[in-house]
Amino acid sequence: MRLIACLLAALLCFLPALSRAEGLAAQIVADNRAQIEKPSRQTIGPVIAAIAGSGDAMADDILSAWADKRLVIRKADGALLIATPEGPGLALMGLDGTPAGTATRAEVTELKPNAGVRGLIASALVQFTLTDPDPARRAEALSSIARDPSAETLAPLRAAITTETDPDLKAQKERLERFLTLRFDPDPTARVAAIESLGADIALDTRAALNPLLATTRMVVAGNVPPNIARPLIPGRDITEDEAYALLVGAGLAPARLSPEDQRAALVTHLSGGMVGGIALADLNSQAARDRAYTALEAAGTVPTAATDDEARAAVAAHRFVDAYVEQDRAVTDAAAAALARIDRKVALMQAADLGLDALSLAAIYFLAAIGLAITFGVMGVINMAHGEFITMGAYTGFVVQLFVPDYTLSILIALPLAFAITFGAGVAMERLVIRHLYKRPLETLLATFGISIALQQILKNVFGTQARPLTAPGWLDGALTFNDVVSISYIRIAIFVLAVIFLLFFLWLMKRTRLGLEVRAVTQNPTMAASMGINPDRINMLTFGLGSGIAGIAGVAIGLYAKVTSEMGADYIVQSFMTVVVGGVGNVWGTLAGATMIGSLQKLIEFLNPSNTLAAQTYMILFIILFIQFRPRGIIALRGRAAGD
Amino acid sequence: MTRSFLARNPSVLIFIGLLAVFTLCVTLMSEAFGAGVISTSFVKTLGKTLCLCLVALAMDLIWGYAGILSLGHMAFFALGGYMIGMWLMYARTEEIVVAALSQGGLPATPEEITQGIATQIFGVVGSSDLPVIWSFAHSLPLQLLMALAVPGVLALIFGWLAFRSRVTGVYLSILTQAMTLALALYLFQNDSGLRGNNGLSGLQNLPGLADTSQDLVSIWFFWASALALALGYLTLNWVVSGKFGSVIRAIRDDEARVRFLGYPVEVYKLFLFTLTALIAALAGVLYYPQAGIINPAELAPIASIYLAVWVAIGGRGRLYGAVIGAAFVSLMSSVFTSGRLPDITLGPVRLNWVDWWLVILGLTFVAVTLFAPKGIGGLFDRLRHIAPPDRKGAPLGPDDGAFQEQEAQR
Repeated sequence: MRLIACLLAALLCFLPALSRAEGLAAQIVADNRAQIEKPSRQTIGPVIAAIAGSGDAMADDILSAWADKRLVIRKADGALLIATPEGPGLALMGLDGTPAGTATRAEVTELKPNAGVRGLIASALVQFTLTDPDPARRAEALSSIARDPSAETLAPLRAAITTETDPDLKAQKERLERFLTLRFDPDPTARVAAIESLGADIALDTRAALNPLLATTRMVVAGNVPPNIARPLIPGRDITEDEAYALLVGAGLAPARLSPEDQRAALVTHLSGGMVGGIALADLNSQAARDRAYTALEAAGTVPTAATDDEARAAVAAHRFVDAYVEQDRAVTDAAAAALARIDRKVALMQAADLGLDALSLAAIYFLAAIGLAITFGVMGVINMAHGEFITMGAYTGFVVQLFVPDYTLSILIALPLAFAITFGAGVAMERLVIRHLYKRPLETLLATFGISIALQQILKNVFGTQARPLTAPGWLDGALTFNDVVSISYIRIAIFVLAVIFLLFFLWLMKRTRLGLEVRAVTQNPTMAASMGINPDRINMLTFGLGSGIAGIAGVAIGLYAKVTSEMGADYIVQSFMTVVVGGVGNVWGTLAGATMIGSLQKLIEFLNPSNTLAAQTYMILFIILFIQFRPRGIIALRGRAAGD
Repeated sequence: MTRSFLARNPSVLIFIGLLAVFTLCVTLMSEAFGAGVISTSFVKTLGKTLCLCLVALAMDLIWGYAGILSLGHMAFFALGGYMIGMWLMYARTEEIVVAALSQGGLPATPEEITQGIATQIFGVVGSSDLPVIWSFAHSLPLQLLMALAVPGVLALIFGWLAFRSRVTGVYLSILTQAMTLALALYLFQNDSGLRGNNGLSGLQNLPGLADTSQDLVSIWFFWASALALALGYLTLNWVVSGKFGSVIRAIRDDEARVRFLGYPVEVYKLFLFTLTALIAALAGVLYYPQAGIINPAELAPIASIYLAVWVAIGGRGRLYGAVIGAAFVSLMSSVFTSGRLPDITLGPVRLNWVDWWLVILGLTFVAVTLFAPKGIGGLFDRLRHIAPPDRKGAPLGPDDGAFQEQEAQR
């Protein structure tokens, strides 16, 4: 039913055209025969447009046959025909739709337009596909117009809206019609209305449609003043004198300036007997001497005159320079500028929101990386420089599990506890073998754990190689939660955020609600007294250290999901993690949270202000932290009273 | 009290004597002056090792004597190298540019030369302007001054900030490490003005000495490094053997008590931090023309950690220990990572020394920290029958200085 309606509508649409345009396409083809046989992308455009715009019902067939290399020349009489494969040979048809017999492939020569020309033909065919019965082809035609908008498509697009039955496609068509109207409609009021109807739509395509309206050219005002000036330019403030002079030269209003290379070449050419323009060759080692020599040559008439600095300055001062809109209509540019300003305000708000999301997710990552340290460093006062390597070990655990368990969801579920177990074991072993002996020598703990870190990193490198290993997230974590064209966050980052929150809750529960937490806090505050109360400080230290290391392992799996897994990945986080703990305040999980939030948001903010350069962002961040510690040496949340120690 | 400094410190004479003999031997065996037993590249390695010994001396002073574990001294070392590298690269490029421009028929103007140099040096990072920090690069004396001034001022500012807010112990170590990391990350950018991660290269070619063979140049630098090490040793020995030395050792052992006695602890520390930074920078100035290339990786925090490793393995708190540690470990490193040692086959596993050297080094370091805090220097004590006080038994309480079992039984 719909199909019939479509066809009917199309017929109604084309019937009046048919009556006056029959055979017009064939006529145009005949007129441009030479160009059509050997088309060039640069020159064939008008011909294709003429065929497509002829209103001839055959135009579609001719153009599609041409694009499909089915337009052939019969060798016998040189006639241009449309060929359709039929059995072993070809069925031929004249350009006006009359059948013209059959032929074998050897009897005809195919026209083979190159890819560029085929592209042009395809976009010309759009108007026919806009009303195609197949919705997929209609959608394709729409995106083709959106990619390469032109004035010619406006009328067919408008015509195709009323007949559109698919609501989605209809909305798309209407939207596209507005974009085309605001650029190509001959009536300025219609254009302004189209611009204003966009409101503060922040979609990328809206901005892409509006921006060309505000394109400017930089020009010198000579004779008639351009009708729509964006802003006047003052040489020396808005543009440099050199740029202004280059504009003058470009407009043919001033002679070209002499470049140092040209001057040099001219002087070398007129070198005779070790002298140029009365100046000895050896003295030409300064620009002033060269200028003098060139002026002497100018005076003698041997070289063309070139503008000197003074002349150039005078010429620049004598002219006005402006940025002029390419668009001539003031009302349109004003409306577009206003619309873009509205959009920019909204985009800025959205960007702030997006930045906030980014900062939160970075904070979650830092928190995950640092919370293990917060336990070992904050609670036990032990510096563990091998913490980064525990993170790496966790990530490699995930990689190894994925080698054996192909299902990504399952493998991550296995990897998380396994990574905890492995790094817990490594942490306990390290505490028993090394750190236990160094509790009274903190600097040496730092060094010994450094030794372990160097050795572990190299062992991991030897085992897993230097190339990055994949740790693939399950399919349901692919993609991003997209709110609009500006605000989006990937599901992996959301998952990491959730993991960080879980760990925060777990840690709080462990410290405040369990026997182990009670004992840990007791040992932290006063080991001697804790020992007197029957708590075994050795055991508590061992468990605490293992716990901190185990959390590092889990953090490793999480970080490995979005960063590349190499033997050095942990080392990249170690300094930031320490900074997080130190800035936040040692010995307090809320401090670590505050530190991670501050460092994460700060880093994102600096990156936002200086987007091209994440290295610089990290540099400024560290400098900021060094300064921050000047003012709050104990971090954001400092312990008070006895718990603060000395 | 009237005995001379050298008589009170016989080790200085022994050290300088040994260094002189060593220098003489290397000179006689080098390709430039004698038998040619030692290749030029090995002379360079030895010269570089002497420079590393000098940084190790600085590290020993700040860590072994004053107890400040700085993880930033290799940054000062590399900064010194960068500063001298700027002059070397500028002057050398200038020669090339002038030679190229004189082909054009006219003598070059100063603007053309500067432009040519900038394009040559910064073409790699897509720039053709000479950054402001290269303003002094045309002059050797000015740039040498920069080589000391830049690290010195950085150390002064950083030290002042850190010490005045009473950052001590592990916090200070982490802070210095962060400073090093920040500096390295900054230099890694292409628009830092120091060619990003390309670094400065071709530093082994001395300007004006294009015709002099590297054999000779390497020996000159070897002598200069030996001289600098000797002078550094002498100076630092003098610094630590006087009253100043007593104060800094006291700061190491109990900072609060020294402060209560009325000493301006922060001033002492700041002076020491800056002095050692300057020595490190000087060592860098001598090191990098021998290495030939410098890039931001040299500033990575791990380099400063290796420095601590050398000093710890050699033996902290004694100057000759630092020298021995640096020489021993860095030479061992270059032997093991040279790739010339044969692999060891253990059943199905082939152990490659290049791969496993860092593992060995790391574990050795842990073992030294645990079992031989005095490092290699401890062997000398044993030879001279100086035994550490033997406090057998486990401590009775968890606090520092608690009675230990056998002490309590007396």
